[in-house]
Amino acid sequence: MGDATSLVLGEDQELLAKTAADFVAERSPLSRVRALRDADDPLGFSPALWKAMAELGWVGIPFPEVYGGAGLGMAELAIVLEALGRALAPEPFLATVLLGGQAILRGGSEAQRSAWLPRVCAGEACLALASEERAGAGDLLCVATRAEAEGQGWRLEGEKAPVLDGPAAQAFVVAARTAGAPRDREGVSLFLVPADAAGLEVLRLRRVDGRGAAALRLRGVHVGAEALLGAPGAGRAILEPVLDLATAGLAAEMLGSAEEALARTLHYLKHRVQFGVPIGSFQALKHRAARLFIEVELCRSAVLAAVRALDAGAADATALVSLAKARASELAVHVADEAVQMHGGIGMTDEHEIGFFLKRARVAACTLGDAAAHRERWAGLHGY
Amino acid sequence: MSDLDAFRAEARGWLEANAPAEIRGLEIDPETGGNWGGRRPRWDHPEMKTWLERAAARGFTAPTWPREHGGGGLAPDEAKVLAEEMRRLRLPPPLTGFGLSMIGPTLLRFGSEEQRRWHLPRICRGEIRWCQGYSEPDAGSDLASLQTRALRDGDCFVVTGTKVWTSYGDLSDWIFALVRTNPQAKKQAGITFLLIDMETPGVSVRPIRLISGKSPFCETRFEGVRVPVANVVGEIDGGWTVAKALLGHERSMIADLFGAGTSRRARKPGSALANLAREYRGGEHGTPLPQPLLRDEIARLEMDERALALTSQRARDAARAGHQPGAETSIFKVAATELNQRRTELAVRVAGAQGLGWEGAGYSEEDLVRTRQWLRARGNSIEGGTSEVQLDIIAKRVLGLPD
Repeated sequence: MGDATSLVLGEDQELLAKTAADFVAERSPLSRVRALRDADDPLGFSPALWKAMAELGWVGIPFPEVYGGAGLGMAELAIVLEALGRALAPEPFLATVLLGGQAILRGGSEAQRSAWLPRVCAGEACLALASEERAGAGDLLCVATRAEAEGQGWRLEGEKAPVLDGPAAQAFVVAARTAGAPRDREGVSLFLVPADAAGLEVLRLRRVDGRGAAALRLRGVHVGAEALLGAPGAGRAILEPVLDLATAGLAAEMLGSAEEALARTLHYLKHRVQFGVPIGSFQALKHRAARLFIEVELCRSAVLAAVRALDAGAADATALVSLAKARASELAVHVADEAVQMHGGIGMTDEHEIGFFLKRARVAACTLGDAAAHRERWAGLHGY
Repeated sequence: MSDLDAFRAEARGWLEANAPAEIRGLEIDPETGGNWGGRRPRWDHPEMKTWLERAAARGFTAPTWPREHGGGGLAPDEAKVLAEEMRRLRLPPPLTGFGLSMIGPTLLRFGSEEQRRWHLPRICRGEIRWCQGYSEPDAGSDLASLQTRALRDGDCFVVTGTKVWTSYGDLSDWIFALVRTNPQAKKQAGITFLLIDMETPGVSVRPIRLISGKSPFCETRFEGVRVPVANVVGEIDGGWTVAKALLGHERSMIADLFGAGTSRRARKPGSALANLAREYRGGEHGTPLPQPLLRDEIARLEMDERALALTSQRARDAARAGHQPGAETSIFKVAATELNQRRTELAVRVAGAQGLGWEGAGYSEEDLVRTRQWLRARGNSIEGGTSEVQLDIIAKRVLGLPD
């Protein structure tokens, strides 16, 4: 699909973007996000809509056809995620498709893949990655949770938080230490743990964006030998590329949210009249809007380059992912802050929708590494 | 082998046979060096003259212009291949300047057949150096209020007035100027775009000294200068349309010049600012810089540079795919110039007290160049339309905000 090196969409990709935009416009108004929040929905998303997205083939985009996927790449998935970001659609692409699903695809045995991936692609099973811990302060690979050999299997002990879309998951990919100390690079292994395992407690976290999130308590959770995902100690090697995919996907979603927040703000600037004129005629606001537009365009280029580099397995893919996420994190928060300010008093009300963008932006910005963490990684990758 | 591969092989063979070995990898200052041509040419190296002559004969000074006017007649993707092959051999451009970047494209679109036939081959061969007569002492951001008068006298206009910021006016042979031919009309409607040979009696040029010391800028005066009516580009009183189109070329040129690291910087491996920080602030290579906040600033700047470079790439890819220039192109002038300001400012800050030398003993050549580049860069967000004017344009034309 499209020219892999070009930073413009190919014909098939344009068609996918149009399909996604139409779907979102018809099926996912922002009032849906408000309704989920007001209902205090424990999942934070709509299983029916998730199923519909699976039927459109979106959930299976980055999985091989043998598991019911489309065998496409991040370039295509990013198009869908950007469209969903515009609507703040909370369906669990990040947790199920990119974190849990890709960990199983890349690290799992054939039995594990066959057991889970067809159900994921069909929209019948949700997954989640339980790697991050509070003490890691945002470093997802800082793992204190331990796995001890017990009988023919393993016994898991520890706490995980936040686990994105934990309340919806039928199974968790749990990172636990089979050797070493919490900040060691090596010694982390991955385990596939069913949500109903004895000793596993899933505590729902209510966060400002209203999306599904959980804290996990693992109290002597016993899993069989077949639960191990990949070799013992392979956790980091499996998760690092998976986290890059998810980070790029999140950046695409955030780009979409920022575009929409800016579009809504521009609409307001053109229609809100004060002092007898549209407030968008004031230069103080025009220039701020123009600067937001510049930021959006720069971020778009970074996201396009990152997903293409990932699909091509390019050497600078990791650096480009950090560029995309650092840009997207600052963009989404900046646009949302400015959007509320330019909407004035109405922007502060819960009745108005612009506040939803502010809340989601803040959560997404600190998910999978905030801007500072990605600048840190960029500097390290460039030898300083 | 595709046509493009065949062209690449052909271009590579031609360059290897014709580009003099002495100029490969030649260090050239992006603003003051390079082949600018003209009646009084300057050469960074004697072989640069050979390079210009051979490239011009092959049509490679203006690769995408029509062959009949001295260009190479290349399609955009062929021109991209040629540029890649030139980069591979580390070749400086055979010709640079405002003829190629500004007045040439303008004449291709608006010039008469006679003007194109006369001027374009001379531009391609580097025989005539051009400068730009737009701003005036009382017409800066409000360019359309310009006052230089052109009174009709038979087959000539008689031009009187003063232009400022005429870059390289003292080194140029011809000037393209905006003059007022109808003082009664609305200010944009009374302007004419005129080509003037600077050897015509009544033209005088005075250099302007900037806060950075030397500068390419001049003040150019016209006192009763007689210019043939045949030198009008476009319609009499219709020059504003031509002027605005040319401004687009000027802004993309400035963005290219100051954007994602100039060619000289880009050729060195690793992070230029991080290397500078190690030189002035210490720290082992390959380890994190000892000042974490400075490190963060350097990373932020270099990431912003990469994002801008990717946006330029996206615009080129869109053009190659046959799309009209998209909204992304409007951001380059603001983004590239402000980035250059941040880059030069950070470099001076990294160097500390050693970054504040003006001239003479106690400072290296690099120290002194760094100081001047920082000061000079303050002008980047003013020249060619201030950032504020650019933001107005984005707000109006791209975002559709009301006047």
